[in-house]
Amino acid sequence: MTLMTKGKQLLIRTPEGVEFPMQIAGPVTRFFALAIDRCVVMLASSVVTVTLSLVGLFSMDLFLAVTSVLGLTLALGYPIVAEWRWRGQTLGKHVLNLRVIDVQGLRLQFSQVVVRNLLRFFDEFPLGFSFVGGASHLISMRGQRLGDLAANTVVIRHVQAKEPDLDKLLPDKYNSFREYPHLAARLRQSVSPHEAGVSLNAVTRRDALDDVERMRLFKMMAGNFRGLVKFPQEATEGLSDEQYVRNVVDILFRDAG
Amino acid sequence: MIIDVPKFVKTERAFWEELESVVNRFERDPLTCLDMEELKRFHYLYARVSADLSKLATFAFEKEVRAYLEDLVARAYAEIHETRRIPHRFSPFEWLRCTLPHTFRAHILAFRVALAATMIGAMFGAGVMLLDPNAKDAVMPFRQLLGDPGERVAREESTQVDHLSGRKAQGAAFYITHNTKIALFVLSAGITLGVVTLILLFYNGVVLGAICLDYVLSGETTFLVGWLLPHGSVEIPAILVAGQAGLVLGAALIGWGRKIPLADRMRAVAPDLVTLVFGVVLMLGWAALVEAFFSQYHEPVIPYSIKIGVGIVELALLVLFFSRCGRKTRNDANDKRKTTADQNA
Repeated sequence: MTLMTKGKQLLIRTPEGVEFPMQIAGPVTRFFALAIDRCVVMLASSVVTVTLSLVGLFSMDLFLAVTSVLGLTLALGYPIVAEWRWRGQTLGKHVLNLRVIDVQGLRLQFSQVVVRNLLRFFDEFPLGFSFVGGASHLISMRGQRLGDLAANTVVIRHVQAKEPDLDKLLPDKYNSFREYPHLAARLRQSVSPHEAGVSLNAVTRRDALDDVERMRLFKMMAGNFRGLVKFPQEATEGLSDEQYVRNVVDILFRDAG
Repeated sequence: MIIDVPKFVKTERAFWEELESVVNRFERDPLTCLDMEELKRFHYLYARVSADLSKLATFAFEKEVRAYLEDLVARAYAEIHETRRIPHRFSPFEWLRCTLPHTFRAHILAFRVALAATMIGAMFGAGVMLLDPNAKDAVMPFRQLLGDPGERVAREESTQVDHLSGRKAQGAAFYITHNTKIALFVLSAGITLGVVTLILLFYNGVVLGAICLDYVLSGETTFLVGWLLPHGSVEIPAILVAGQAGLVLGAALIGWGRKIPLADRMRAVAPDLVTLVFGVVLMLGWAALVEAFFSQYHEPVIPYSIKIGVGIVELALLVLFFSRCGRKTRNDANDKRKTTADQNA
C-alpha cells in the first residue's frame, strides 16, 4: 500500500493496484464543523439541564452536581461516541461532508478516536481558540492537527459528484456520432476523465465566456477530440467546433444504453 | 480495450451490491465473523470490484459509478487489509482486572519518570518554603491555603455545624471535573515530546511540597496527613498515571533507538493511552467522592487516626492493584500458550 499527498489530496494505492483519492478537508470547513458540534453540545446540555430540573426540586445540590458532571461528559464523550458509531463523523462533520479516516485508509479504531479527541485539550490551547491545532493543521502536509498526528488520522472531505442535468444542457437533438457506436465506444475509452470534465465545464459555462475566447476554446477542444477518434466525414459535415464538442459531451455523459 | 459500458455495468452490478452488503455487515457490527467460504467470497468480490474500478477508471463518463466504486473499494480495503488485532467484546471486569494493571506495568519506566519529576518538584517547593517563607504567595495557587495553617486547623476543629451541608455533591462534581481536565491536559501535553508534561508534573510537585512543608513547620503534620491522605492517596497517583500516559505519548513520538516508523509507533501506543486515561478518570472519580464526603471533615467529627488509616488502606490497595492484579492470569495464559505450542510441535 502506498500513501501519497498530492496537493490537497491523499492518494491511497492498494496492493491490487487500485488507486483512490481522498480530498483533505480545509481549516475553514473543519472550524465550521467544530462550531456546529459545539452548538450541539450546548443544546444537549440545555436539554439535560431542563430535564433534570425536576431533581432540583428535591435536592439543588445533587442537581448542580449532576449537570456539572454531565456537561463535561457530553463535551468529552459526544465527539468520541459519534465518531466511533458513525464511522468518523459527528453531526457537524456530517453536515459539512467531512469524515475522519485512518491515514492509511484502514478501519478507524476506537483508540484512534479517543486519542484524537483527548488531544483536543492541547490543540485548543490557549483558551479554546485552537491556535496550536490550527498552526499544526497549516504546517502539516495532510492538514492534521496534533490530535490527528498522534492518532494517525486525517479528516477528509467526502465530495458527492453531482451529475449535470444533460437534458437541459444538451437538448434531445440528433447526434450524428451515435450512428457509429463502435467509434462512440472508442471515444469513451480514449477521452481521459480530466478532458471530459473540462469539456463538460466548457459547455455548461459557454454563456459566461467571451465570444472570441469561446470560439478559440471550442476550436482547441474539437481539434483534440478529432485527433483521438476519427468519425466519417458524413457524421461531422457542417458541424461547428462547439457542436462537435457538444456531441462528444453527449456521447461521454449521456447513458448510451 | 473497448468495452460496452452499459452492458458491463449491468453485469457487474450484482457483484458490487453483494460486496456492499458484506461491507455493510462489517460496518454495522465490527465483530462480525465470516466462515472460510464467506471469507473466500469476500476476497473474490473485493478483487473483482477492484478490477472493475481499474477498467472504469480509464473511462471519462459515469462519474457517479466511478465515485461509487471508489468508495466501495475503499471501504472493503479497510476491512481486508486491517491487520491489527480485532477488538474483542469489551468486558469492564476483565479490563479492570487485567488490562489496566498490565498496561500500567508495561510502561512502568514512564511512571517512575513522572514520579521522579513530581518528587523533585516537591523537594524544590519545600526548599523554597524553607529558604524564603514569604514566597508562599508565589508558589501556592490556592488563595484559601495562604493563611496560617495553625489558624485554619483551629477553625476547622472548632466548627460545630456541618459547613459542607448542601454542598457535598457539588464539591464532588467540582473536584472530578476540575481534576479530570487537569489530568487530560497533562496527558495531551505529551505531544510536546513530553516536555510540557514533565513541567506540569514538576509544578504539581512544587505546590504539594510547599503545602506540606508549610503545615509541617506549623506543627500540623497530623492534620495535614489526615486531610490529604484519604483522597490524595488516589488523586496524586491518578495525576502521576496521567503524566505516565503523556510521557508514553512523548516517548512514542521520539522513538529512541526504535527503527519503526512514527505512524506505527503511534498505532502501537494508542490503545495503552486510552486504557490509562480511563483508569485515571476512574481514580479521580473515587478521589473526588472521598474528598467531598470524607476528607473535609476533621476531628472531632472524624478522628485523624481513622482518616489516616483509611488513606493508608487505600494507598496499599492501589499499590497492590497496580503491582499484582492480573499477574496470575497472564502467567496462566503464557503457560497455556506454551502448552499449545508444545502440543503443536
